[in-house]
Amino acid sequence: MVATRYKTAFQLYPYEKVAAQDAAPVRHPVVIVGGGPVGLALALDLGQKGTPALVLDDHDGAGLGSKAICFAKRTLDIANRLGASQPMVDKGVVWNVGKVFHADHKVFDFNLQPEEGHRNPAFINLQQPYFEKYLVDAIHTAQTAGAPIEIRGRNCVTALENHATHSTLTVDTPDGPYQLEADYLIACDGARSPLRDMMGLRFDGRVFEDNFLIADVHMKADFPTERWFWFEPPFKDSGQSALLHKQPDDIWRIDFQLGWDIDRDHELDPDRIRARVDAMLASQAGEVPEYTLEWTSIYTFQCRRMEKFRHGRVIFAGDSAHQVSPFGARGANSGVQDADNLAWKLDLVLKGVADDSLLDSYASERAHGADENILNSSRATDFMTPKSDVSKTFRNAVLTLAGKHPFARPLVNSGRLSVPCNYAGFDLFGQDALDAPAATAPGMPCPDAPLGDGFVLDHLGGGFTLLALGCTAHDVTAHGLTAVTLAIATPPPALASRYLGDAPQGLYLIRPDQHIVARWQGFDADAVARALARAIGKAP
Amino acid sequence: MLTLTPNIPDPDGFYEELIRAHEGLDKAQSDALNARLILTLANHIGDRAILSQALEAAK
Repeated sequence: MVATRYKTAFQLYPYEKVAAQDAAPVRHPVVIVGGGPVGLALALDLGQKGTPALVLDDHDGAGLGSKAICFAKRTLDIANRLGASQPMVDKGVVWNVGKVFHADHKVFDFNLQPEEGHRNPAFINLQQPYFEKYLVDAIHTAQTAGAPIEIRGRNCVTALENHATHSTLTVDTPDGPYQLEADYLIACDGARSPLRDMMGLRFDGRVFEDNFLIADVHMKADFPTERWFWFEPPFKDSGQSALLHKQPDDIWRIDFQLGWDIDRDHELDPDRIRARVDAMLASQAGEVPEYTLEWTSIYTFQCRRMEKFRHGRVIFAGDSAHQVSPFGARGANSGVQDADNLAWKLDLVLKGVADDSLLDSYASERAHGADENILNSSRATDFMTPKSDVSKTFRNAVLTLAGKHPFARPLVNSGRLSVPCNYAGFDLFGQDALDAPAATAPGMPCPDAPLGDGFVLDHLGGGFTLLALGCTAHDVTAHGLTAVTLAIATPPPALASRYLGDAPQGLYLIRPDQHIVARWQGFDADAVARALARAIGKAP
Repeated sequence: MLTLTPNIPDPDGFYEELIRAHEGLDKAQSDALNARLILTLANHIGDRAILSQALEAAK
């Protein structure tokens, strides 16, 4: 039996019996457990590179529930590389403006995207089920083109045996259990990761003693498409903070911070929720607009991570490896960056181009990303929920000053929104031999810029790229791996300013995940070959 | 002129350190720490006119 733990928003991969269920265990290069944003992005990336990926999910589609709603530019850039971003941006609600209130007055507002010339907006709001659906749609397109990706719905892993060379999984299905084997097993099975529990691994961190009530309401309101956040909201029973944010389909996300000692069942009483929502909406609209409660929940949260994301042939990605509070949109966005980091490394290892030890760099680079997210998320939470009287005094002093003086505004913390991870200083990165902006230094993800009819990120492909700006270069091969040249004799202005600054020309080596490996003033085949070797963990 | 535009690098890190300095202190100890901190910073500023402007800005 495969239990149904939650309702699905879309059925995306209905259960179908496969021949392998009646045969001896079949070995797969990569088995991904969990068909959420992380597992799907990883499968799509691997499949497009020609490496077979099998996804097992214990349901048959995208679950309803407390899910990600806010997807960052970096995630959309990754989805664009995977050919899945356009429907996300088309469906999503683009927003740039946020307003911060303290009680009944506005403290300040901010605009996220002051810079033109990027394909994707800073953020979109999109319900997670849509994000998953568009990834599955892209997987179907890739499958039609021959990508070796398979998703098996209602396949629930119930037992795991790890060996030096592979893992053996017991998988339950509506037709009973079967076994399969994986060279590499990727656990994308969420914060409560059953695989992590089966391996007896710890997931330590900090529990925040607070409850948040979420109400997704459906209404036709003419509030602007902005993120509104209140400290000590003025409306009745709204708790210590509140949030109002728009999603597609006329759905508005409302959050109330209720504190620690609450009666959960009482607070989830629809009449009680409606009273709170009425008070909030009336305070903004002058009267209570017509609305329906679509979905409500109370959640608590923790900031924690596994000590190591890699345990031999089992690798953890997304919420199974690290968990943060929702302020800052750092959950799904960091998980998709995990997939982005892992896919090309797994692909090169399985093709025999790189050694297995390259996968250790996934664990170290992404642990760094997780630490950054946990730090930012913990700080935001401490600001929103002061833990002592003096902390609250300072917090309210900051809010008071921020209304009058700009200097205090950077101290106001209602969540530091997800920014792309910088891997500067990690082993795989090389020389910075170009006097150009810090935003394109080794370790950084490539910023976008208009190029021809599209954007530069569209041209980076799925392998290593040698971006030659205002100079010539030719393809360079090291250890059987080729960096393909993209030469732009006269870079357009935004591209030049972002990648060259005042330098007359420059050469960049870029990884398949579009992070910059090294940069130079011009082409030197030996220097590129050394950086390329280093980028895949080989001695130069 | 008193600087009233953002001037602290790593504002979140500074704020965390400030709050952490108060950990484990009772109200009187926290007040005393704040007083010492204000006097230390005032001495560093060292400009009598700026200090008056700061007192005004904080009111």
